[in-house]
Amino acid sequence: MAASRDTDLSVAFAGVSKHYAGGAVAVDDVSIEIAGGSFVALVGASGSGKSTLLKMINRLIEPSAGQIRIGGADVTGEPPFRLRRRIGYVFQNIGLFPHLSVAENIAIGLRLTGRKDRDGRIAELLDLVDLPQEYSRRMPDALSGGQRQRVGVARALALEPGLMLMDEPFGALDPVTRDQLGRSIRRLHDRLGLTTIMVTHDMAEALILADRVLVMARGRIVADATPPELLAGEGGAEADALVSVPREQARRLREIGGGA
Amino acid sequence: MTAFLDAMGRVPPLLAQHLLLAFCALLLGIVVSLPLAIVSARRPGVARVALGLASLVQTIPTLALLALFYPVLLSLSALVGGGIPALGFLPSLLALSLYALLPILRNAVTGLTGLDPAVIEAADGVGMTAWQKLRLVEAPLVAPVVMAGIRTAAVWTIGAATLSTTVGQPSLGDMIFAGLQTQNWALVLAGCFSAAALALAVDALLGLVEHGIAARRRGRVWAALAVLAVGMAVALAPMWPQGGPGHVVIGAKSFSEQYILSRVIGHRLEAAGYRVEYREGLGSGVALNALSSGTIDVYVDYTGTIWADTMKRGDVPPRDAILAGVRDWAARSRGVTLLGKLGFENAYAFAMRGDDAARRGVRSIADLVPIASRLRFATDIEFLDRPEWAAVKRAYGLEFGSAHPYQPTFMYRALESGAADVIPAFSSDGRIAADRLTVLSDPKGAIPGYDAILLLSPKHAHDARFQTALRPLIGRIPVEAMRAANYLVDRDTDKQSPEAAARWLEKRIGF
Repeated sequence: MAASRDTDLSVAFAGVSKHYAGGAVAVDDVSIEIAGGSFVALVGASGSGKSTLLKMINRLIEPSAGQIRIGGADVTGEPPFRLRRRIGYVFQNIGLFPHLSVAENIAIGLRLTGRKDRDGRIAELLDLVDLPQEYSRRMPDALSGGQRQRVGVARALALEPGLMLMDEPFGALDPVTRDQLGRSIRRLHDRLGLTTIMVTHDMAEALILADRVLVMARGRIVADATPPELLAGEGGAEADALVSVPREQARRLREIGGGA
Repeated sequence: MTAFLDAMGRVPPLLAQHLLLAFCALLLGIVVSLPLAIVSARRPGVARVALGLASLVQTIPTLALLALFYPVLLSLSALVGGGIPALGFLPSLLALSLYALLPILRNAVTGLTGLDPAVIEAADGVGMTAWQKLRLVEAPLVAPVVMAGIRTAAVWTIGAATLSTTVGQPSLGDMIFAGLQTQNWALVLAGCFSAAALALAVDALLGLVEHGIAARRRGRVWAALAVLAVGMAVALAPMWPQGGPGHVVIGAKSFSEQYILSRVIGHRLEAAGYRVEYREGLGSGVALNALSSGTIDVYVDYTGTIWADTMKRGDVPPRDAILAGVRDWAARSRGVTLLGKLGFENAYAFAMRGDDAARRGVRSIADLVPIASRLRFATDIEFLDRPEWAAVKRAYGLEFGSAHPYQPTFMYRALESGAADVIPAFSSDGRIAADRLTVLSDPKGAIPGYDAILLLSPKHAHDARFQTALRPLIGRIPVEAMRAANYLVDRDTDKQSPEAAARWLEKRIGF
């Protein structure tokens, strides 16, 4: 399975900005390199520019300035639809095609590229995201939120991308499903040798899942550190503020547990 | 009930024409509005303009829209050196297609702009091209909404197609217009009933398609489409042998006398071996143009109508001078042959109820002048705008207290019931004698002569066989015979069909 895939895809931003008409600045001159095979979390408050930065990688948003390279190749070097077929994309609102069955949703990329033997691949993908085979004939509206996002992940993986972009992938899920799906995603990342970039506003999630955490504020990257460094308070003031929230929660939970 | 069943006998060929016209208009409407909707959904500026124009079209009465296409197509035809028919199928098709635009366009744009943004983001995210996104995601998701728009358009189009009769396109409207004119309510009812049934049937079939798409039932969609296709094939069947050397089309304007005479002409031509088709209910201004362009081959008109309406002559010379003038003008400027006078006149003749005229001592139009301000004037739909009325007003200085236009039949009713005191009747109308009306004389000769004349299209200018078949009609029909035949159709009890009245007239004049 891994044979046909680009492995260890690095992503590099060089002076990337996004301005909107009217003067709003979503991303302000970001330059950073993300190593191939790493799991990076982009953390920040709403409006910090993290989603915009992510969506410029697969050109759902075009930057106003700067250059983005994947595996050394400029993303503007080919038509957007071709670029996107090599990149997995999962987002909060999932966007399953409501008129297509689970199997058809998962196989949509295979259909776009004219691949045969879709059935075998669909079965493989259902296994990969821990969904039973009999779900393949169901329609999206017959699934729970967590099952839908699993289908969304399977759909993103169908064309064996080397790079996965995730925009608040667990945002609309309950905490239990969130935790389960988070573990699944991390397992898939390790097993398939992916480069994964995940946007989240939940620092705890970022610390648990990622190898490296980038904190964004006002369109800039204000912290860049590993989870142990962040927990050790080496990420700077903005990062500390975010890390302190789950830390404080954990402390209080311990207190309640200890007091009982 | 038997009258209704008889009337239903006329339905099949008209239904076929009706369906064909409505279907083509709907198809053209779809072909134009869907791409327009796709562009509109992506560009709000285009949407504003397209939806605005489509809404504007809806505010134009159908009848006016149909009529407006005539001058437009005529000038277009002149521009490209001829060849574009300004009457019949083409203007009907274009007008009805314009009507079909709005519901399809509005539903499609609403559907496309209302799609879940997440689904569109996903379509982009998995790497669909614009075309793949349209085909695999947008089209299937908006199809039920678009189908609902198509259903609305289909019902509107089928309803409005009845009005295409007025520009010379056969439809179920032929029966409604002819029935209204001759007060044959069975015919009106049969026409309305058939049009409504057609609309409901098509709506039901398209509804099946709509639900089939929504419920992802391909079988149901194809079955409904197959029934529609079979219907179309049946409607097309009589079109195949259309045309050919022995095929002629006889025109008739929208009143009883015209329906009867067209049948008399038709019988003569059938006897001479022609295959005959009737194009009835033509607007007064439309008929001559239909003849010049060859859409119809022959019809009956009146010298005064052409003199005043088409040639725009304001003077009123003696009858024979008008006849000669019309003959010259028709040949020179239209290539139309005036074969001859039929023998009777159908002029505007001011008429009052007999007892009322006697009581007021009115014998001529001049006698009306001093009392006119106390009288109510009822006219046919066009009279108040006609040059004859202008000429009468000029010659006598006549001003009525009130003046209202009616359908000709209701004009007589208005006089009879006392809702009006004076009408411009038609001198060959059987109701003048039957209703005991007094016809007022025209001492100043303000109203021109209205000899009924037989006009032939340019292609029959030197067609000896055609002319020989029709020449026996020349000078053959006296006004009494025409009046009596008209009355057979127009009277309220024991009404005859124009066909039966034509047979009666033929016997009366010795064919």
